[in-house]
Amino acid sequence: MGEETKDVAASAGRRKVLKAGATMAGALALGFPAIVRSQSDKIKIGHLTPLTGFLGALGQYAVLGIRMAEEEINAAGGVMGRQIELVSEDSVNPTTAATKAQRMYEQDRVALLLGEINSASAKTIMQVAARNKRFFLSTGARSDVLRSADCNRYTFHMDIPVTVMVNAEGQGLEREGLVKGRQVFYLTSDYLFGHDLAKAAKSFMAEHGATTVGDELCATDVTDFSPYLLKIRQAKPTLVATNLGGNQVTNFVKQYAEFGLPYAIAGFNLNTADAWAAGPGNLSGIWPTVWHHHIDTPGTKAFVAAFMKKHGKPPENHAWIEYVSLKVLAQAMNEIKSSDNDKLIAHLEKQPQFDLLKPRKGYFRSWDHQMQQEAYTFTVKKPGTYKEAWDFLAFSAPIPRADQPLELLSPTKAQSECKM
Amino acid sequence: MQLLFLLEQVVNGLVLGGYYLLIALGLSLIFSVGGVVNLAHGAFYALGAYASLEIAKFLGFGPAVALSPVAVGLLGILFERFFLRRFYTADPILGLLVTFGLAMIAEQAIRMIWGAAPLPASMPQALKGSVILGDFLFSRYRLLLIAIVAVVLTGIWLLLNKTSFGRVVRAGIQRPDMVAALGIRLQPYMTTIVVLGVAMAALGGALFAPIALVYPAMGAEIITVAFVVVVIGGLGSFWGVVLAALLVGVVRGVTINFVPAAGEASIYILMFLVLLFRPRGLLGERIEKFE
Repeated sequence: MGEETKDVAASAGRRKVLKAGATMAGALALGFPAIVRSQSDKIKIGHLTPLTGFLGALGQYAVLGIRMAEEEINAAGGVMGRQIELVSEDSVNPTTAATKAQRMYEQDRVALLLGEINSASAKTIMQVAARNKRFFLSTGARSDVLRSADCNRYTFHMDIPVTVMVNAEGQGLEREGLVKGRQVFYLTSDYLFGHDLAKAAKSFMAEHGATTVGDELCATDVTDFSPYLLKIRQAKPTLVATNLGGNQVTNFVKQYAEFGLPYAIAGFNLNTADAWAAGPGNLSGIWPTVWHHHIDTPGTKAFVAAFMKKHGKPPENHAWIEYVSLKVLAQAMNEIKSSDNDKLIAHLEKQPQFDLLKPRKGYFRSWDHQMQQEAYTFTVKKPGTYKEAWDFLAFSAPIPRADQPLELLSPTKAQSECKM
Repeated sequence: MQLLFLLEQVVNGLVLGGYYLLIALGLSLIFSVGGVVNLAHGAFYALGAYASLEIAKFLGFGPAVALSPVAVGLLGILFERFFLRRFYTADPILGLLVTFGLAMIAEQAIRMIWGAAPLPASMPQALKGSVILGDFLFSRYRLLLIAIVAVVLTGIWLLLNKTSFGRVVRAGIQRPDMVAALGIRLQPYMTTIVVLGVAMAALGGALFAPIALVYPAMGAEIITVAFVVVVIGGLGSFWGVVLAALLVGVVRGVTINFVPAAGEASIYILMFLVLLFRPRGLLGERIEKFE
């Protein structure tokens, strides 16, 4: 450093550094673009999923799953004898998701669109799909309102909605005596999915004899939960119920274990990957899920084995859902020998059955386009009873039971506000 | 009773602020000596967390926390030698661009090496749980964390204010030309400060791994808060950063006590207010070369 430092720096000034620094720190927080694409004139399929932010890790799994489906479909001869080509991008946030969806329909000329985990982003893509009168399969978004008041003719929903998660989880909680007479503290992610989940959870718990002693919202970018843990301790609940999204659950569970609060904990949402990340020593409680890698069907076994071989780790529920979603669409297009979106919608509304790698096949319910399928709950195994790092979760039998109708846990037509 | 709850949040906020301090102080130090806002600082925090997990596989938790900053500090030497050093005398915007780019490269590299999914990280069983002091609940682990921060902070302060090394650094911050005229090469001092700065970030990463997420974007996440702390405190000011870190922790905790949903927003509102009324930051010193 010498005289020239002073001169150059002096001309730039502290203000400029601050301004530029703030802009770039902001850009860092927004996440980096992760664009994956190729070109040719095969059947193009558009795929959007968050690769950054609090759902980014799940989105990365989703991409691994859908890429595997793409390879397998193409190896088996493609769709209607043509190869498919996936155009997959980071959806980033609801606004960007909508912009990218519009571009994919219009400029990339994709045959159809699928993807998403973030319910708020799925909502904006659904609006784009309806405006363009084009097909969209929402794969991983779970908010109830998407298939209720916000439903539209052009969108189908693959993942279990919030109501099903709450009902499945509620059954598990009741089995453990964690509902009736419990004083519950709710902690909820402050965005569309969290609000939806909290609404369904509170109504289930209230109907089944639990009371509320605390109910707090937290922003999706909260990483330190200690102030909330103090509030929980003040409220002295007998059950802490979380309605958190994405990797927030992992953070919360780790810090809950750190503080060692004595109250029982459960939650209405936890993805397998986030449970693995929490680690066996930290996680406790009962949680719902839509699929897990120990399901005893030939389909799941083959999928898990192929995934393990390729990626050295088992698939979690978003890898699975993206995998089966593309397979379902390929099968449907092969059945009608067309990728015409209106024909596809008409076909799916006839409720054809699809193999979801679970004991029972699933179908899209014609009036709300919601996939009807089994769900599961899981708890945590005792230390020493498992070998692999990702084997510490103990999964329940399918819910509903084999002798019950698949639609048992779903909202009825009377409860739904869906009008197409 | 309500007052007591509030006080508990204040104390908890101070603890959290101590942790922010570990990251922000290094950022501020590197800026004061080199004039570069190191946006890659978060990357060293993330690398510290990942390195500690790797070391813990072989040596356990304690040695991992101690050795991870050393390993990342060594990386800091290369970082200073091959990147930062070229930008001390350049337009500050160039330093920003380069460190911004490095942050992206580091995040993608972590994604390629360790995968996108968060990695599990645990603390020893003995450190789990909380202690009740008076009427206040403390996480045992965070008490340890704050003790470590206090030791590091004292060490850095002593180094800067009570040693001949510190005298040269402080002189170099104010008048690099005079230091050069006295025949002292500032280069090794710069390297040392950068190494200390990134090692502190790595220590933060290693310490926070068991209670937060270890995933590729963790660096981008922390740099935002660290930057806010430094701006509030005043770029380049030691005590400004200390004050700002604690203030940010407390404001966040108190906001969550009253309006939980606004907890994260409160930090940025605080920065906005400080910049509005005191653009230099709370204790921002007048550094001639940046005016």
